[in-house]
Amino acid sequence: MVNNLNIEVSPVSRVEGHGDLVINIKDKKIEELIFRIPESPRFFEAMLVGRKYDEPSHITSRICGICSVAHTCASIKATERALEIKPTDQTINLRKLIYHHENVQSNVLHVYFLAAPDFFGAGSVIPLVETHPEVVNIALRTKKMANDMVRIIGGRAVHPIRTVIGGFTKLPTEEEMIIMRNMLEASYPDLEKSLEVLKTLNIPDFERETEYISISDPDEYALYDGNIKSSDGWEIDDQNYLDNIKEKVVEYSTAKHCWAKRDSYMVGALARFNNNYERLTDNAKKYAADLGLKAPCYNPFMNNIAQFVEIVHSVDDSIRLIDKIIKEGLDDDKAMVDIKPGPGRGVGVVEAPRGLLIHDYTYNSQGKVEKVNLIIPTNMNYANIENDMNALVPTIIDKSEDEIRLTCEMLIRAYDPCISCSTHFLNVKLVNK
Amino acid sequence: MSKPKVGVFGFTGCGGCQLEILNLEDQLLDLISAVDIVHFTEAITEHSDNYEIALVEGSVSTEHGVERIKKIGNIAKIIVAVGACAVSGGLNCLKNLYGTERAMELVYGDKKDWIDSIEVKPIDQYIKVDYYARGCPPNRFEIVDIVRSLIVGRKPEIPNYPVCVECKRNGNTCVYEFGMTCMGPVSRAGCNSRCPNSGSGCEACRGVIDDPNVNAQKDLLARYGLTVEDIMEGFNLYNACNKVPTVENKNN
Repeated sequence: MVNNLNIEVSPVSRVEGHGDLVINIKDKKIEELIFRIPESPRFFEAMLVGRKYDEPSHITSRICGICSVAHTCASIKATERALEIKPTDQTINLRKLIYHHENVQSNVLHVYFLAAPDFFGAGSVIPLVETHPEVVNIALRTKKMANDMVRIIGGRAVHPIRTVIGGFTKLPTEEEMIIMRNMLEASYPDLEKSLEVLKTLNIPDFERETEYISISDPDEYALYDGNIKSSDGWEIDDQNYLDNIKEKVVEYSTAKHCWAKRDSYMVGALARFNNNYERLTDNAKKYAADLGLKAPCYNPFMNNIAQFVEIVHSVDDSIRLIDKIIKEGLDDDKAMVDIKPGPGRGVGVVEAPRGLLIHDYTYNSQGKVEKVNLIIPTNMNYANIENDMNALVPTIIDKSEDEIRLTCEMLIRAYDPCISCSTHFLNVKLVNK
Repeated sequence: MSKPKVGVFGFTGCGGCQLEILNLEDQLLDLISAVDIVHFTEAITEHSDNYEIALVEGSVSTEHGVERIKKIGNIAKIIVAVGACAVSGGLNCLKNLYGTERAMELVYGDKKDWIDSIEVKPIDQYIKVDYYARGCPPNRFEIVDIVRSLIVGRKPEIPNYPVCVECKRNGNTCVYEFGMTCMGPVSRAGCNSRCPNSGSGCEACRGVIDDPNVNAQKDLLARYGLTVEDIMEGFNLYNACNKVPTVENKNN
């Protein structure tokens, strides 16, 4: 038990980036709590200025290797909106399909490689190779399935090649569609086994209700497209995001802080689950029930479970999409639509694995970028993580220093912060005064 | 024989190269058993300053990064630059084109003094690099080949011929036929011509071969009615930190 404590974790590991956490406790009260992102800033909003309309999706894909499909799609949508390009239904279906599998790949990576070691008392996935080989093998097989899906549709697992404005530079063959369908069917036994593993995890019991924001669509569990919706009851067209989403620069971090109607909000799998639970497949709902996840859920640690439920949903929904695409027939004439460069502004909003992602471009009459605004999910979660931490620490103040440190790190990791976007992450500092 | 100690380090970049290592699903367990990974921020909690081989991803773009890269250079016996950002500065160099001061002002406004950012440079501007795993993202099998070669004491083979060689071998129709721009004739192979395979032009993410046949490229451009400017914009996408040989300065 501690009265005065100074926790500093630097860097917090097993997050895709680099972050530091500093907590000073005096007389059992938090004196200072800072979660900072000292990751090197990238300046994509400057890099894009002057680039031709067909380049931003390739450039912004490089914001994040882990969610490169999300950035590519947000970018494509923004440009297509600005230049009034309407892709075919076939294109939209294929984009939704590739989109599912980046989400699966990223969620597997996070649940198994980055978060799970905490629950097994290990520092990384490497010791689990010895102690829990079956868990590691399930993770590797599921991750490979998702990466192979992205490779077949996008031409590459990281930084897809074929997904471009107007459509696809090359389509998968019908034979490949059937291969993908078989891969998906074959993944169910591993999902069942994962369910058994995840049931045994001892997830910290902590709740703090906040505002949950995601995109939403009346017809499906929205990942690729939809309105922006809040658990506080408001819903806006994605083109009008600036009406409700605000951001500011904070001194100790290269990542900006965001807020909407309250002082912070949460985005990501749990926010999507809370806002769009009804549109999950019945199978995914069953997995959620088996894992004790009910909407609305106010425990941020349950984000890991929501990510797993989304994996199940994505596998289910991919099979549906593939059947639809095969039935309608793949048509090379529908792979691309004509593009006419010109002036205009467009906003592309998607759900990256870590949550709401916004690209906003203005083009001049030559079809070159004039102005850019990018808002990434980790920035949005940032203030909410600090608020959670301020609520969490007093509830665990009587635990040992190591336990406090670990629980705080786990909370940050539960959000799956991806800090390469702006940043890098996780140094926890606990200093005795 | 004790296993070589390996550190994987991330600098300014997207984390995609570290992810490509984790994407080696079929070989990851073999890799882990062949080397002792003592540092890998994206994947493990432990940190160690005791390693012989450093795999470095990302460019140097902050004062803090300069200190870190020099420390790695002092510790590691062998340095491998992994990915375009580490090798040539990659896309990050587009910030240099815009201007660091101007970029800071645009993104952070009057708060720009809070931000640590300097001109972007590839890591070999600060430390000696032994091997380069090029590309954005790099070819993950090439990373394995480099590590395997280092373990057995063999020099890794990195292609120094143009992407066109691989593209022809793959039986692709030249993308110039479709009116696209392609850097293939002067770009370094080793990617198995993955962009042309997917119906896109090569973007030269692996850099330029040592002796590019620039004039032939010019002929090719002329044949397809393209301009030097078209192709130069493509070059600076991943190579803006380097002086890329241009038709003009080659002829001078």
